[in-house]
Amino acid sequence: MSHDMNLTLQVWRQKNAKAEGGFQTIKAQAISPDMSFLEMLDVVNEEIIKDGKDPIAFDHDCREGICGTCSMVINGRPHGPKERTTACQLHMRSFKDGDAIAIEPWRAKAFPVQKDLVVDRGAFDRIIAAGGFISAPTGTAQDANGLPIAKENADLAMDAAACIGCGACVAACPNASAMLFVSAKVSHLGLLPQGQPERFIRVRDMVAQMDAEEFGTCTNHGECEAACPKGISLENIARMNRDYLKGKLIERPAVAGGGGV
Amino acid sequence: MPKEASFLASSIGKKIVMAVTGIMLVGFVVGHMAGNLQLYLPAHGGEHPLDAYGHFLRTMLHGAGIWIARGGLLVAALLHIWAAVTLTKMNMEARPVAYKEVKSQASTLASRSMRVSGFIVLSFLVFHLLHLTLGKIGPFEEGKVFQNVVQGFQSPVISGFYILAMVCLFGHLRHGVWSMLQTLGLSHPSYNTLRDRLAFGVALLVVGANISFPLAVLAGFVKL
Repeated sequence: MSHDMNLTLQVWRQKNAKAEGGFQTIKAQAISPDMSFLEMLDVVNEEIIKDGKDPIAFDHDCREGICGTCSMVINGRPHGPKERTTACQLHMRSFKDGDAIAIEPWRAKAFPVQKDLVVDRGAFDRIIAAGGFISAPTGTAQDANGLPIAKENADLAMDAAACIGCGACVAACPNASAMLFVSAKVSHLGLLPQGQPERFIRVRDMVAQMDAEEFGTCTNHGECEAACPKGISLENIARMNRDYLKGKLIERPAVAGGGGV
Repeated sequence: MPKEASFLASSIGKKIVMAVTGIMLVGFVVGHMAGNLQLYLPAHGGEHPLDAYGHFLRTMLHGAGIWIARGGLLVAALLHIWAAVTLTKMNMEARPVAYKEVKSQASTLASRSMRVSGFIVLSFLVFHLLHLTLGKIGPFEEGKVFQNVVQGFQSPVISGFYILAMVCLFGHLRHGVWSMLQTLGLSHPSYNTLRDRLAFGVALLVVGANISFPLAVLAGFVKL
C-alpha cells in the first residue's frame, strides 16, 4: 500500500510566445505514486481550473511513450530522472513525498515557447520535409523477404527508426544541437535499400535545413544519447558525418528544373 | 527549402575542418614531445643532442623545412581557432534562454572545458614561443636549446605555467582525439573501445612525457 505524496512544483509559466515567462510555485497535493507524471499535472490543473485560473499548458498525446509529444525538462533532465522513459511513462513513484520538482520547457532558439511548457517543434517537421522520406512511389508492400536486407542493417535501421522526434536530444544538448535527431532520420533511410538512391542528397538537404533552423552543433558530449527515451546511439551522428562528407564529395545535386536526383 | 550552404558555412563542414586541423595539431604535439625526449640523453662531443636536434630542424631542406612546417602549423592552428569560434557562436546563439537546472549525464569535465582548455593552451603557445623560440622571457642563448630549456624550467613560475597548460592539453586531447574520429565518421562497435583508449593514451603519453621535463629539471635530475 503506497501513500499519497505532497510535492512542490516550480513550473515555467509563460502566457504566449511573446510574453516574458517566469517560474511559479504550485503545490501538488495528494498525489498517488501510481500516477504518471502527466496525470499528476492533470490533477494539479483540475485544482487550478477550480480556482478559475489558467491551467498549466503542456504537450501530450498517446501517453504510452511512442508519439514523442510530451516534452518537459524535469529537475534538469529532459523527460525526468528515469532512463529511456518519456515524461508520460514516468511514474510518481520515482519521486518522494515532499520533493521539490522543477519543470521547464525544452530550451532552444529553434523550439520557441508557445505557452508554459509547450514549444513549437515545427523545425523538426521542416527537416523531415527537406529530405526525410523516399520520393519514389514504391507501390504496395512487397512480399516479406522480397527485398533482401542484411540482418545487421535491418536492425540498425530499426534502432534509428525508433526515434519519436520528441526533441529531448536538443533539450539535453549543451549546444541545443539537433544532430542526434537528424542523424537518426538519415540513418534509418540510409541503411535500407529503398533509401539508397537519395542517400547522399538527403543528408545534404536535411543538414542544410537543420542549419537554417539555427540549431547548435555537436561537440560530442553525449548528453543527447543519455537523454533519448529511445536510446538512439551517437553512432548515428558518426554515420551522418560520414555520409555528409561523402555526399559533398561525390553527389551531384539536381539542377533546378532538371528533374531527377 | 533553403539554398544549401557552402561546405565551410555548414555545421558539419566546420566540424570537419576542426577535426582535420586537429589531426595535424595532434601529430605536431606527439612529434614535439618525442623530439623533446632527447632532453634525457647525455651530451657527447661537447654538444647536447637537443642542441644538435634544434640545429637539424633549423637547417633541414636548406632551412626551408622549418618554415614549411611552421606555415602548415600556422594555417592548421588558425583554421582550428576559426572553426572553434564560429561553432561556439552558433552554439551559444542556439539556446538564448538558459535552464534553471541542468543535470549532466554523459558529458565530462574534459568535454565541457574544451573552450577554456583550448584558450589556455593557445595562451601557453604564445608564451612558449616567446620563451624558447624568440628568447624574450628569461635567460636565452641562440642555439643553446638544452641550456635554455633547463634554465627556463628552473624557474618555478615558468614550470608552473607549463604544467598547468599541459593539464589543460590533457583534457583537450582526451576529448579532442575522440571527437575528431567521431566527426570524421569513424565509429564502429568493433573499435569504439579502442577509439576511447586511443584518445586517453595519446593524451597521457604526450602530457605525461611533457610534464616530466620541468619536473626532472626542478628535481635536479636534469641539470647543466
